[in-house]
Amino acid sequence: MLRASVIVFPGSNCDRDVKTALEAITGFPVKMVWHGDASVPASDLIVLPGGFSYGDYLRCGAMAAHSPIMRDVIAKAKAGTPVLGICNGFQILCESGLLPGVLMRNASLRFICRDVHLKVETDKTFFTSCYRKGEVIRVPIAHAEGNYFADAETLDRLEGEGQVVFRYSDGEGNVSAETSPNGAQRNIAGITDSKGRILGMMPHPERLYEKMLGGTDGRRIFESALLSAVAAMS
Amino acid sequence: MKARIKITLKAGVLDPQGKAIQNALGALGFEGVNDVRQGKYIEVDVAGMSEEKARAEVDRMCRDLLANTVIENYSYELAP
Repeated sequence: MLRASVIVFPGSNCDRDVKTALEAITGFPVKMVWHGDASVPASDLIVLPGGFSYGDYLRCGAMAAHSPIMRDVIAKAKAGTPVLGICNGFQILCESGLLPGVLMRNASLRFICRDVHLKVETDKTFFTSCYRKGEVIRVPIAHAEGNYFADAETLDRLEGEGQVVFRYSDGEGNVSAETSPNGAQRNIAGITDSKGRILGMMPHPERLYEKMLGGTDGRRIFESALLSAVAAMS
Repeated sequence: MKARIKITLKAGVLDPQGKAIQNALGALGFEGVNDVRQGKYIEVDVAGMSEEKARAEVDRMCRDLLANTVIENYSYELAP
């Protein structure tokens, strides 16, 4: 059993994609929760989807981070409910303070929409237990603000505590400045909180979860969440 | 009274937009442009409070929403 809720902000545009992916993979219905609601129903997983919440006004994710529903999302996240933020969802997690750092304009100043290779840096999180550490996967990105920035001390801490989950790499898993599509510090594509239960990532796993879409490498994010949630219940 | 708020990128944070503007200025023939940094300017009209209270409120607005202090600094002045 997995009770998942997807938060819908004005301007979200990947909310139904992630609902479809979750329902197809887990077999359980997903609740859609409007940003103006006061609380999220009891959930084993909360998803902040991709899109352009509030038209990216002020800074990407800044307005959404202060919308009514986020008070409850933050409270539930702090109480241990797993949260997955994809693309704009990652930006919202950073703006709300649930994850450190910020996502700045891509170094190229361009919107980039293409598949990228990611090196999986840890399988010890709620969302990556079905991957192998060191494995290279292919997942698409679609963003103009994915250039991860944090101060050196924060980056060292994230790396030291195993909170860097995905790095932009080449197909062989080599990580260098050339394999970063957006200028992200230390090629960071996804990070978690210190407990590995809040994941923010720029790539879109819901866009490659079955063969008909051209690949299945994103699927195991959702399979990991299901297995982790079930393991926690037993 | 009006709060005139300036939000600027911290030193050391790369500003690709500023760089693009600098390049465009160069292309237009402007010489001697060492660096360009882009920021934001926001005006907030506040009423019914003392200047001291307004300062405290505007400061909190900047910290809670208007600026992201991971990468940005803010400053403001109050005008009647």
